Amino acid sequence: MPSTREIRRRIRSVKNMTQITRAMEMVSASKMRRAQRNVLATRPYADRLYDVMGELTSRAVGGRKGTLLEVHPTVKSVAVILVTPDKGLTGAMITNVLRRVGRFVLDERERGRQVDVLAVGKKGRDFLVRTGQNLVAEVTKLGDYPKLVDTLGISTTVISGFREGRYDEVYVVYSEFVNTLVQRPSVKRLLPVEPPNEAAEKQVDYTYEPSQEEVMDELLPRFVEVQLYQAILESIASEHSARMVAMRNATDNAKELTRDLTLTYNKTRQANITKEVSEIASGAAALAE
Amino acid sequence: MPIHLEIVTAERVVLSDEVDQINAPTKDGRVGILPRHAPLLTILDTGELDIVKDGQSTPFAISGGFMEVLPTRVTILADTAERADEIDEARAEAARRSAEDRIAQRQSDQEIALAEAELRRALIRLKVAQLKRNRK
Repeated sequence: MPSTREIRRRIRSVKNMTQITRAMEMVSASKMRRAQRNVLATRPYADRLYDVMGELTSRAVGGRKGTLLEVHPTVKSVAVILVTPDKGLTGAMITNVLRRVGRFVLDERERGRQVDVLAVGKKGRDFLVRTGQNLVAEVTKLGDYPKLVDTLGISTTVISGFREGRYDEVYVVYSEFVNTLVQRPSVKRLLPVEPPNEAAEKQVDYTYEPSQEEVMDELLPRFVEVQLYQAILESIASEHSARMVAMRNATDNAKELTRDLTLTYNKTRQANITKEVSEIASGAAALAE
Repeated sequence: MPIHLEIVTAERVVLSDEVDQINAPTKDGRVGILPRHAPLLTILDTGELDIVKDGQSTPFAISGGFMEVLPTRVTILADTAERADEIDEARAEAARRSAEDRIAQRQSDQEIALAEAELRRALIRLKVAQLKRNRK
């Protein structure tokens, strides 16, 4: 049995840890709230853009050659954007995303496609380097509240890659924010753009300026950019909520550990006292004889 | 009859209000939108967007995007949109310089693309901030 002094030291260090994890939990909770708000804030823009796009694509310009809608008949090379946090301590969230991307890359290779990977976030970048993937671009240190312009570099890279025929399809792998407790690793196709399929044609006859094609050409890249931006924001919201939950678990575990240790401490102390008393008693008894 | 105007960017809803007139920079030149305008879908250029309400005009700096016009409702999907008095000229100037520096350093394609986007944004902000100053 360890000495009482040792147990006391452990109790103190576990209590210190509890303080740290509790502080981290609270920091993550506030960051999570803001990140969630940011995710919601992009919805109006994305929704309106989607509506306008539905309006445009229902008018038979879809599939036009040279646009971002064009489906390439044979898919030889694929680009994957992997979105992960820069920092760890998020429970299983990062591992889940990495496992998902690993499986995706293997599946695509099996189908004879060449896969280029672009990393957003340090954890994903490190994973790709470690496993020897074909890493073509990386963006790290986006921070907790990136702006759309911060993500344009990566979206421009894939858009021009698609236009120039270097990529036949582009995907994004990220952690979808379902709710505080659930983050789901998911894969979304960015390119070619999937036009809204319900041909809910509104009875509005728009005039297009300068022309319908030009409006379309301006609109599609925006749509891709916003989708990627949303994926990144969702990943950030997932990161903070995963970390918050992980830290709450750590705090709970540390508390339980403190309780166990305190119990052991008291038992040991009592055992020592009992031992001393019995030693004194037996010593006294020996003397009395 | 006022027009219901919404200006949204990818980051936030910048404005949602009833207005009397909108003067917007489109690719083909400036257009003025009054109530009961014919449905129109147009590409916006970078520049100054003016909103007239109760005889008062408010300038915004916008950098590209789209405008959807319906008889009583106008939606502007802007890449960026800021009220002129929100713009910090010194910061925009600093952003312009740093973007130019990075382009001059000729790094990877991706970094140049990023820097160019930033430069574009800085230039508009400067332009609108100056427009506002000249008017005073």
